[in-house]
Amino acid sequence: MQHDFYLAWRYLRHHRTRSLILIVCLSLLAVLPLALHILLDEGERLMTARAEATPLLVGAKGSAMDLTFNALYFSESTQTRITMAEADRIALTGWADPLAIHARFRVKGHPLVGVSLDYFDFRRLSLWSGQMLAMLGECVLGAEAAESLGLKPGDSLLTSPENLFDLAGVYPLKLHVVGVLGKSHSPDDQAVFVDLQTAWVMEGLGHGHAEAASSPFDPADLAADAKRVTYTEITPENLDSFHFHGDPANYPISAVIALPHDHKSGVLLRGRYLSAEDAAQIVLPLESTRGLLQNIFRVGALFDGVLLLVGSATLLVLGLVFALSLRLRQGEIHTIFLLGCSRATVVRLVGAEILLLVVAGGALSWALLVWIQCYAGDWVRHFVIS
Amino acid sequence: MIAIGNLRFRYAGAGFSLHVPEFRIEPGEKVALIGPSGVGKSTLLKLIAGIMPPGSGSIRVDGTELQSLDEAGRRNFRITRIGFVFQELELLDYLDVFDNIVHTYRINPVLKLGAEVRVRAWNLAGEVGLGGKLKRMPRELSQGERQRAALCRALLPQPRLVLADEATGSLDPRNKAHILDLLFQAVQKQQSSLLAVTHDHELLPRFDRVVDFHQFHA
Repeated sequence: MQHDFYLAWRYLRHHRTRSLILIVCLSLLAVLPLALHILLDEGERLMTARAEATPLLVGAKGSAMDLTFNALYFSESTQTRITMAEADRIALTGWADPLAIHARFRVKGHPLVGVSLDYFDFRRLSLWSGQMLAMLGECVLGAEAAESLGLKPGDSLLTSPENLFDLAGVYPLKLHVVGVLGKSHSPDDQAVFVDLQTAWVMEGLGHGHAEAASSPFDPADLAADAKRVTYTEITPENLDSFHFHGDPANYPISAVIALPHDHKSGVLLRGRYLSAEDAAQIVLPLESTRGLLQNIFRVGALFDGVLLLVGSATLLVLGLVFALSLRLRQGEIHTIFLLGCSRATVVRLVGAEILLLVVAGGALSWALLVWIQCYAGDWVRHFVIS
Repeated sequence: MIAIGNLRFRYAGAGFSLHVPEFRIEPGEKVALIGPSGVGKSTLLKLIAGIMPPGSGSIRVDGTELQSLDEAGRRNFRITRIGFVFQELELLDYLDVFDNIVHTYRINPVLKLGAEVRVRAWNLAGEVGLGGKLKRMPRELSQGERQRAALCRALLPQPRLVLADEATGSLDPRNKAHILDLLFQAVQKQQSSLLAVTHDHELLPRFDRVVDFHQFHA
C-alpha cells in the first residue's frame, strides 16, 4: 500500500499542472457551497446581533428595512427624515431613553454619523486612543475608518462639499480628529462620529461669523489656485461665534434608537406609533432583519441548487477527464503489466491517485474555508452590510 | 533451463501462427535468436516469460511447466525467475532511474523492496555506469543510458533466465558492444541463461549458440 501511494505521488507530481487543476476543481466543488453558507451564517450572526442589541427604532414612515439599515449600518438612505421632536416625544413618555442618530453624510466613503455621547455607551464603544467628543467640529473615528483614512488624534479631516454647483451652499467643515475607537467588529468601525450639533453645522443649520479658511496658496503654482478648497473650521477662537437658528426640535435626524426601560414600556411605546396619521413609525430591528434574512436564505437555497447542479456536472467532467487520462495511459499500464503487475494493483494505483487528489483537494478546501471563516465577518461588513 | 515441446500459438483473429516443435536452452547457456521481423521471435519470448498463455504444447522453464500455472502463478513465476529486457525499454517517464530499476519490487507484493535490494540496485547501477544518474529522469538520459537502466531493472531480481528482445537494436555500434558486454557479465555473474533476439549478425559470435527462427516458423 505504501508503494501504491509513493507511485501515485510520483505520477501526480510529474504531471503537476494536471494534478493541480484537478485538485483545485475538487476543492472548489466543496468550498463554494460551504463558503456560501459560512458567509450567510456570518451575515445572519452579525446582522442579528446588531439588530438584537437595538430594541426599537423610530424613523420616518416608509421602508422599515431602509430605516433599519440606515440607523444600524449607516447605509445611504433616501428616506424622509424626522426631527429632534421625535426624540423629545419618546423622552417625554418616560418609557424609553432616546438616542438620536444623524446618518446623512459620507466623508471619503465612510459614513459620517452624528450622535450623542450616550451612543458610545449604548454600543459599548471605547476609545483606543485620544479622547471623546468635547467640542463642536471634533470627530472620533471608528477603528477601520482611522486605518483606511490614515488618521490619528491631532489630524484633521475635511468633509466633502455637499453639492459642487450650489454656490450658496455650505462650506465643507474641517473636522478635528480627537479620538480613535477600539475595534468593535461592527459597522461602527467604519464610521466617522461627530456630535449631533456638528452634523447640524454641516447641514447649514448652525454657523459662525468667522471668515472661511482656504487651503495653503502657493504663488509659484498659479494653476493650483483653482484647486484651493475653501472650508469652515471651528477653533477655540471662533467657537463662540457659532450658533444655531430656529427651534432645535425641528432639526433633522435620521432615526431615534429607543431604549425602553422594560418590556411593558416597549409595548406601550409601540402603541404610540400605531396611528396611520403619525408621520413616524416604530420598528423592531430584529423583525426587519429577520425578514431580510429569510429572503437572503431563500436566495441561498437557490444558490445551493445551482451549485449542486454545477458541482454534479463538474464531477462528471472530472470523471471523464480521469477516464480519458487512463486511456492515454494505456502504454504505461501495459508496461506495468509486462513488469508483472496484477489488475488489482493497477486498480489500487489508480485508487491511490484518486485518494491523494481527494485528500489534497480536501486539504485545500479546509485551508480555504479556514481563511474564509477568518475573514467572513470583515467581508460581510464591507461588501454586504455597509 | 528452457524446454519447449510442440508449442503452438495463434493470435485471436489474426493470420499469424507460431509452431515450435522443440527448443531447449541449457542452464548458463547464451543463445541468440535470429530471423526476419514479424516471424514471432518476440511472441516466443513472451510465451516463455508467461506473459501470454500458449495455445497448446509444453513450455518448461527452470523445471516449472508454465501451462500448469494460472495467470497469477505465471506472473509470480515471471517476476521471480525471469528478467525481461523489452524492445521498447518500457521505462516510466514519471520515475527517476532508481525508481525505474526497483519498480518491479514496488508493484509486486511477492517481491520485497528491502535495504538489501536497494543496495543491490545501487551496485548494479554503478556497474553499468549509472551510479551518478540515479536521480535523473529517463528523458534526461541518452538512449544507451536508458538501455542500461532497463537492463538493471531486468537483472535486479537475480533471474535464472534473462530474455532480451532487441536489447541493442537502437544503439550505435560502440554502445551495442558495451550493453552486450554488461549483459554477458551480469548473466555470467548470476549464472543465468540468456535468450536474446537480435538482428545484429556481428554480435552473434559472442553467443554460445545461434538459433534461426526459420526452423520453427510454420
